[in-house]
Amino acid sequence: MSHSTVPRSRAEAKKKSPTQTPAASGGTTGPGDQKASGKLSLRLRFRRDRVLLLMTLPVVLLVLVFNYIPILGNVIAFQEYDPYISDNGVISILNSPFVGLENFQRIFEDSAFWNAVQNTLILFFLQLVLFFPIPILVALLINSVVRPRVRAVAQAVLYLPHFFSWVLVIAVFQQLFGGAGVLSQLLRENGYDGINIMTNPDTFPLLITAQSVWKDAGWGIIVFLAALASVSPDLYEAAAMDGAGRWRRMWHVTLPALRPVIALLLVLRVGDALTVGFEQILLQRDAVGPGAGEVLDTFVWWNGVRNQDFSYAAAAGLVKGVISLGLVLAANKVAHLMGEQGVYKK
Amino acid sequence: MTAVIDKPVREPRWWQAPPRPTWEEEPSKAGLAGKGLALTLACLAILFPLWIVVVTSLSSRKTIDEVGGLVMVPKGITFIAYKELLSGGQVTRAAIVSILVTLIGTAFSMTVSVLCAYGLSRPGSLAHRWILMILLATMFFSAGLIPTYLLVQTLGLTDSYLALILPSAVSVFNILVLRGFFTGISQELVDSARIDGAGDFRILWQIIMPLSRAVIAVITLFYAVGYWSAWFNASLYLNDQDMMPLQNVMIQLVQKQEAPVGLGQAIKTGQLSGLAVQMAVMVMALLPVAVLSPFVQRHFKKGMLTGAVKG
Repeated sequence: MSHSTVPRSRAEAKKKSPTQTPAASGGTTGPGDQKASGKLSLRLRFRRDRVLLLMTLPVVLLVLVFNYIPILGNVIAFQEYDPYISDNGVISILNSPFVGLENFQRIFEDSAFWNAVQNTLILFFLQLVLFFPIPILVALLINSVVRPRVRAVAQAVLYLPHFFSWVLVIAVFQQLFGGAGVLSQLLRENGYDGINIMTNPDTFPLLITAQSVWKDAGWGIIVFLAALASVSPDLYEAAAMDGAGRWRRMWHVTLPALRPVIALLLVLRVGDALTVGFEQILLQRDAVGPGAGEVLDTFVWWNGVRNQDFSYAAAAGLVKGVISLGLVLAANKVAHLMGEQGVYKK
Repeated sequence: MTAVIDKPVREPRWWQAPPRPTWEEEPSKAGLAGKGLALTLACLAILFPLWIVVVTSLSSRKTIDEVGGLVMVPKGITFIAYKELLSGGQVTRAAIVSILVTLIGTAFSMTVSVLCAYGLSRPGSLAHRWILMILLATMFFSAGLIPTYLLVQTLGLTDSYLALILPSAVSVFNILVLRGFFTGISQELVDSARIDGAGDFRILWQIIMPLSRAVIAVITLFYAVGYWSAWFNASLYLNDQDMMPLQNVMIQLVQKQEAPVGLGQAIKTGQLSGLAVQMAVMVMALLPVAVLSPFVQRHFKKGMLTGAVKG
């Protein structure tokens, strides 16, 4: 495989790598050592690390094919893409006429698009206000439980729904709040009319938030628990010596310890603002109708996959993608300005 | 100094609190009760719905009709719904599809992820920073649904189970977690093995992997749950209803309230409750996850945090 690129015999290379590096750096460091690598030529480094490179190859290929190559496909947002030209998307793209920014113009004049934007933002803010604080509170609660068994059992139960599929979570909610669900059953037994929350567009944002809380609030505590576990007990002791009670210790020791984590998660959440539970909402979009149930991601799905209007959908997806990227970068910037770490380092 | 014989200190039993540090005040009765109540309510909010689902799936048609819907208190247990669903037919096939896709997909994802994580974990190796950047960048953007959809079509993966595995085979986050763990393993250990003549594959298999069992268990669970829960790619790329995995069949049965193919008659004629059938499918979907995840639980924190943030 590498015989053609490196004109050396295999035996020589084998002899080379174990003998050369210990000699170069005092015998204690291996071939992967930073100091040694600085002195090696590119070709030698390639020979030394080719197995490592080979190991990364499958993932690199998969990522290039499924994450990078599709980026090029966004060119159809500027075309009048015709999928019937060929089964091969590349041929179809090459033979589809360019229309400039026409698709984007159509999007910005489309009231359905603005409705999707509005729904997305409503859901984002609702989740930020109602979902975000809950894991923090639950983590504080769990952290104050000192009996290890109680703690382990509670954690096991709280983590569980995170591993359920959205299909299952929504099915469970349907059994509770649907037209034939537990709630309706109870209401009817007591002489009221049954209600179906699952198909009510007015309460849909609350329903989505409630489902998210049920599924993921428990899982969200992990990061906070780790941050809490890393607080030195000495700090609490010192605070107690100074006369701080339970609540003041929480205010002055616990919460400051959580601040970096909270900031990081907020940054991540804001950067991801336009993504509000695609699978979850798509599964329920038909039940409540697009008026309340359409968000940006489902708008793309509906126009592209259902209506086969690929160029239009790709344009909408591109708008969302570009704004999202901007949001991530801006959110990181804010985190850095606040003196926090953010997602990547400065 | 004379030897001091300690009084045997009895380990606190699980319902007893371990001793508190002397500076900490004893909790008030009301505070303890409030905490207990909050915790119990939170756990009940998760467990009660699951209880109803399980109990109803095990109830006979007679019980379900008596109660007028979902059963909260079990009255006799029958496995008829499961027997009917698992005696061949749509749901049996879907369950087999889901199990196979999960097993094969997880094995594939773990293989490529562990290899890649190790390949990127040796300090100073050629191009590992570049490769890392290529992977990390994907966490900031997505190519979009439509171009990905067209790509999978162009690759000819439609109506093939490969479409359920390949596009979602790699999670960069999981690779970073694995890599974080692998970089933490002492370099001396790896070097001594290399001097003894072990190659990279052997080092990975005989040194790195045995030392990383915890994180490997966590990541395996993450991948397996991902494959088991996936329905969207199947709805996108599979046209043949007979090929659908369990989650997609569950959408049909529970959300759209259709009877499973072949069981419509049994439900109409009254031996079988349609509701119990729905619940049984839900239990089949949740059982593997509910059974497996607690075993891996104690490793979650480690798995979630080491390496993920380090980048």
